[in-house]
Amino acid sequence: MITIKDLHASIEGKPILKGLNLTVKAGEVHAIMGPNGAGKSTLASVLAGREEYEITQGDINFNGVDLLSLSVEERAREGLFLAFQYPVEIPGVSNINFLRTALNEIREHKGEKGISAKDFMSLVREKSALVELDSKLSSRSVNEGFSGGEKKRNEIFQMAMLNPKLSILDETDSGLDIDALRIVANGVNQLKTDQNATIIITHYQRLLDYIIPDFVHVLYDGKIVKSGGKELALELEEKGYDWIKNNTPN
Amino acid sequence: MANYTEDDLAKELKDQEYKFGFVSDIDTDTIPIGLNEDIVRLISSKKEEPQWMLDYRLNALAIWSTMKEPSWAHVKYKKPDFQAIAYYSAPKQTKKYESWDDVDPEMKATMTKLGISMVEQQRLTGVAVDFVMDSVSVATSFKEKLGELGIIFCSFSDAVQNHPELVKKYMGTVIPTQDNYYATLNAAVFTDGSFCYIPKGVRCPMELSTYFRINAGGTGQFERTLVIADEGSYVSYLEGCTAPQRDENQLHAAVVELIALENAEIKYSTVQNWYPGDKNGLGGIFNFVTKRGICEKNAKISWTQVETGSAVTWKYPSCILKGDNSVGEFYSVAVTNNYQQADTGTKMIHLGKNTKSTIISKGISAGKSQNSYRGLVQIHKNAHNARNFSQCDSLLMSSECGAHTFPYIECKNSTAKIEHEATTSKIGEDQLFYCKQRGISEEKAIGLIVNGYCKEVLNQLPMEFAVEAQKLLTISLEGSVG
Repeated sequence: MITIKDLHASIEGKPILKGLNLTVKAGEVHAIMGPNGAGKSTLASVLAGREEYEITQGDINFNGVDLLSLSVEERAREGLFLAFQYPVEIPGVSNINFLRTALNEIREHKGEKGISAKDFMSLVREKSALVELDSKLSSRSVNEGFSGGEKKRNEIFQMAMLNPKLSILDETDSGLDIDALRIVANGVNQLKTDQNATIIITHYQRLLDYIIPDFVHVLYDGKIVKSGGKELALELEEKGYDWIKNNTPN
Repeated sequence: MANYTEDDLAKELKDQEYKFGFVSDIDTDTIPIGLNEDIVRLISSKKEEPQWMLDYRLNALAIWSTMKEPSWAHVKYKKPDFQAIAYYSAPKQTKKYESWDDVDPEMKATMTKLGISMVEQQRLTGVAVDFVMDSVSVATSFKEKLGELGIIFCSFSDAVQNHPELVKKYMGTVIPTQDNYYATLNAAVFTDGSFCYIPKGVRCPMELSTYFRINAGGTGQFERTLVIADEGSYVSYLEGCTAPQRDENQLHAAVVELIALENAEIKYSTVQNWYPGDKNGLGGIFNFVTKRGICEKNAKISWTQVETGSAVTWKYPSCILKGDNSVGEFYSVAVTNNYQQADTGTKMIHLGKNTKSTIISKGISAGKSQNSYRGLVQIHKNAHNARNFSQCDSLLMSSECGAHTFPYIECKNSTAKIEHEATTSKIGEDQLFYCKQRGISEEKAIGLIVNGYCKEVLNQLPMEFAVEAQKLLTISLEGSVG
């Protein structure tokens, strides 16, 4: 699915990622954990193609294409989806109109015809049920006036609608109460197939109680310093990030 | 007039920014440049006008010659040389058009290029169109069908000839001859425009529309529109404008008067897309327009405008709420890009009791442009329980543009309620990134965000016009985020 080799990235001349390696195969769920400032959100932004970041070294192969050579929208159309930590509001643009535009751009990219209004609406009904999203929310403006939990559920709803190959969930658990967390996790689990993959970026272990990762990686100071199975998350929770910090040579 | 060659066409295709920038090769009858009594007499005689109309013009000219061009607006431009403009230019026609078949093929081709096919529209959409090129009205569709309901929809010149009693009674009653510099100039030299009368209790069954086109070089367009909605009637009126791409600035000084009698309603929508000048601010139309309506008891006037064109815009569609319970509305989107300047807004004059007005203004500035909202809400002392709500939002697309708001409020009645809200925001890199991450191209993303921002105004436009306006907004702002 995706192979990241020796990735170095900096913002305003300050290096953040310092030689990151990661391979994710189809059907897998990877969790990336780490303390604040380790570079977790930078990784998500770099994968999605945010322009503020400068890639100084390394390469990323995404299903056979050189990801770094693609624009933000091309990456999305190739099947890369980022569930944002802070989804923005777009006043006056209905969620439906927004998603239909996005879906049709992706379909056009694949050489498919635009979706009919009827098919689209039945897809909306099916997928909004998945994250228990009130169907009224889908006709409101994108994220405008949504609660924190609704915004996160809306991200997963969009993910369900666009059916990406690789989903990156950036701190999707932040600001969620336990019920919303369960709903979001449930949605993600149902979307899992052996054709797609998920990268979960999180600070806390609790989301991983609901979405069981195949692999857990610890990101610290711009590098993955430890990898393991799901038990690594529990160990990390117990011992705290100082355990990593103290065991990492500077 | 300029010869349109293949080279020009090639150049034009290369430069798709303003797609209405072409010139039609139509023989014109253009009078010498300059402005004086003889010119005014010449215009009047060309139009075979009655004496009263000529007197009206001469009086206006006398007043105008004592007036000074106003300089209070937040715009900078080289003042036009009023003696260097030809005040009358008409496509030559050998005989009066009796039917659509008589219309010059080149003229028909021009209309098709502009997306107005008189014949097709009659069949498909049920919009009656009056097409005004340079100084004259070329064709008006649906006349007979409307005539059956007693609706008069014709060129202003026709109205002067055929309905002088209505023209005499209402012309200049909302915008008096001495009103302002450009309106007075218009009163002296206006050449054509649209006239519309809806009889008592009639609901006009279709949208009435006028398409204004400046074609000839070295001329200006001075048209006059008069809409009269008699008691209890309703009409929705649309206005569209385009002009060729030229290096010179051309002047457009129009006057629009709306009269809504008791219980009548007029909805007036404009999509203004005059040539805005090139990327470096060369050329473009100076759009100095006076639009005003008067509401009698229980009447309503609603102005909706989408302003994307013109080098300089100076325009304040206003409502005089004379009758009790009358309602005035102003919905506006003004887009400026490159070196465009717009100073636009409205005046809501509350005279009657329980009068209500709403102002929604959305300014979008890009490039190095300057965009100002200027509005006046005036509550007179007898206007008990008058209410106004104003909302002025500005969206900035670049770091070199400017957005300004000049709201004036004058209140002489303590029972009035006036609310004013204003916001300024910059189009978010975050919003754009969010859209692109979902696979949406930058161009479409800007279109979505800007149209979302303008939604309250676009919703006021008739369906087809709204679609056109949405496209226009996107084209006007292409590649402008920075």
